[in-house]
Amino acid sequence: MPGDVSAFDLVLSGDPGLYAIVRLSLLVSLSAVLFAALIGVPAGALLALTRFRGREAVIVVLNAMMGLPPVVVGLAIFLLLSRSGPLGSWGLLFTPQAMVIAQTVLVAPIIAALTRQTIEDLWVEYREELAAMNIGPARRVATLVWDARFSLVTALLAGFGRAAAEVGAIIVVGGNIEGFTRTMTTAIALETSKGDLPLAIGLGIVLISIVILINALAWGARRAGERYAG
Amino acid sequence: MLNRRSLIAAVALGLAAIAPATAQEKSIVVSSTTSTQDSGLFGHILPLFKAKTGIEVKVLSQGTGQALDTGRRGDADVVFVHAKAQEEKFVADGFGVKRFPVMYNDFVLIGPKSDPAGIKGMKDVGAALKQIMAKQASFISRGDKSGTHSAELNLWKAAGIDIEKDKGAWYKSIGQGMGAALNTASAGNAYVLADRATWISFKNRGDLAIAVEGDKRLFNQYGVMLVNPAKHANVKKDYGQAFIDWLVSDEGQKAIASYKINGEQLFYTNAKDPSA
Amino acid sequence: MLVEARILAGEVAILDGLSLTFSAGPPTVLIGPNGAGKTTLLRAAMGLLPLTSGRVTWGGREQAAPDRRAILFQRPAMLRRSAAGNVRYALAAAGVPRAQRAARIEELLALVGLEKFAARPARRLSGGEQQRLALARALARNPALLLLDEPAASLDPAATKAIEDIVRAVAARGVKVVMSTHDLGQAKRLAGDVVLLHRGRLLEHTPAAQFFAQPRTQEARKFIAGELLV
Ligand SMILES: Nc1ncnc2c1ncn2[C@@H]1O[C@H](COP(=O)(O)OP(=O)(O)OP(=O)(O)O)[C@@H](O)[C@H]1O
Ligand SMILES: [Mg+2]
Repeated sequence: MPGDVSAFDLVLSGDPGLYAIVRLSLLVSLSAVLFAALIGVPAGALLALTRFRGREAVIVVLNAMMGLPPVVVGLAIFLLLSRSGPLGSWGLLFTPQAMVIAQTVLVAPIIAALTRQTIEDLWVEYREELAAMNIGPARRVATLVWDARFSLVTALLAGFGRAAAEVGAIIVVGGNIEGFTRTMTTAIALETSKGDLPLAIGLGIVLISIVILINALAWGARRAGERYAG
Repeated sequence: MLNRRSLIAAVALGLAAIAPATAQEKSIVVSSTTSTQDSGLFGHILPLFKAKTGIEVKVLSQGTGQALDTGRRGDADVVFVHAKAQEEKFVADGFGVKRFPVMYNDFVLIGPKSDPAGIKGMKDVGAALKQIMAKQASFISRGDKSGTHSAELNLWKAAGIDIEKDKGAWYKSIGQGMGAALNTASAGNAYVLADRATWISFKNRGDLAIAVEGDKRLFNQYGVMLVNPAKHANVKKDYGQAFIDWLVSDEGQKAIASYKINGEQLFYTNAKDPSA
Repeated sequence: MLVEARILAGEVAILDGLSLTFSAGPPTVLIGPNGAGKTTLLRAAMGLLPLTSGRVTWGGREQAAPDRRAILFQRPAMLRRSAAGNVRYALAAAGVPRAQRAARIEELLALVGLEKFAARPARRLSGGEQQRLALARALARNPALLLLDEPAASLDPAATKAIEDIVRAVAARGVKVVMSTHDLGQAKRLAGDVVLLHRGRLLEHTPAAQFFAQPRTQEARKFIAGELLV
């Protein structure tokens, strides 16, 4: 009986179903972090370096958006991507791409908000030197993002943590379709609902281990990079 | 080291990694109920269907109401649920092409072994429900507009009870799926109406056991419908109809009937019965 | 260069009714107690401070040739790059063609005695080494006007001598150097003319020889004698 097999046995035996679930989880979350970074880092940097009316309000809203409820985001994306919604013709609902979109929306504010903070702190330090070197706005952003890159790793990790742990949004837009849109977290939700609590816990431990591993790798990369570049 | 080239490479990789998912187009989306999915029936029959036709079936397991709604929005190609009246309305409203009866299973009334309502072994589910209310024994309702939920409401009505009016603290509506309802009942030693398939494959039974079964009113008919391509042009009508045709064919019916857990047959086929 | 400046921080005058002309020739040295306004004057000359009133003019043209100015801050900020990377950044900012940068980096690091530290993260350098790296960065701009804010403040005698030699060499090439210092010996060694500031006011601006031999003001006499100006 499949439920009597613990998640660890599944891992040890390299169960292809579990492997596919882990693969998809990582693919979706890492892609979302990537796209969220492409949006969030420039947006955060811009917000750190420009002054305009209502900026404070934007920052408050952005900080609040770090806590967007996943289910609500999922529902909004669902309504957009549904065949009866405005973007229905894209045919993306219940696909991994839809999950990436939803998680990108969840993660981008986190990365943008943390980037803004990091860049603003560095900007205080660099401001006069860059002004003395006559650095223009575009180059200023590039310099600060580049020099803050190791601190920004922390922002990316926070985003990844959110994405990897998230179930509410992807279950709504992905549909938890076996072999197609089932991830670690949606599988855990499913096994819980089926009453297979040991398997759900086992999967949870696998998920946590993977998240720890990725954090360790990123941390190591950050340390190595800092040693090299200061 | 991070640099511009590796960033571009990462973006390309990210895009490439999620792109193939759409490439496999010979597939359909079936919105169905938690009971068919969680029972493992799909895991049993879909590989047979795919081997024969090459069509991949992606199953969304939702409550019946949500599954029908998914079809209504055009987000699924086929709807496979168990709520005859709602299915017929779905077709009458033009969202589905035609309803085909496929199979039935039955509901069972689950309760704690200690049986505080004293209904164990009763043959009349209506009498059993009356007694649960009389004894104020805890009862968990799905409360999620699923097929099981509407079956439960019908049973209360048939027993002459207006549950909306008569429910008290003993009646808890949780608004979740079958598994969650069973988990809740197991944790709180409550009665709950479940489909037999989910019950048999449910693992966290704790102190729960079947209290009442076999009443004809507990039978649960499944029907399948193609979402109307006239409403939603994206519906893959050929593949979808192929799936429906296979389900009601002798081969499909045999595949369904042969699905067993612990030697127990879960679904009884009746595609040939026009009144089902 | 003519500086006529009045700079207020709120109600408080930091520089008050100051009028100064820096003319080509040997270094001009700014002296004065802490808080006298030396840094403020240098930053204003660099164009980094908005003047409350007054102006900075360059050979008659207001705010001309800003590219040919460079400043070494009292507490320079190190970019999160290697020592060579810091200089390379300044060279790029000054528009030095890519092909020439490597040679210039080597030359500039050698000039400030940091050739061995080229690959070191700049932030891991000692305070004195950072000071010299910041000087190399300033020189990378190939300035016509070089502003130095206490360039030798955290340097040992050998490094101080090296800096003074550089200042002399640079001045001999026709670069106008304006520097502040608390080291009267250094002022004697380097200055063509001396500016004494006190509480945001100009007390004295005279040729160095005259300043040390026969100071005009009471404060200057006290300052030279090593008494505390408060
Ligand atoms: N932004 C500011 N707001 C308010 N006061 C300021 C500001 N900048 C400088 N000051 C004040 O102006 C005065 C002159 O400062 P400045 O840094 O020019 O002194 P300094 O001569 O360089 O002193 P030190 O020898 O300590 O470097 C000080 O009293 C300082 O506190
Ligand atoms: Mg100063």
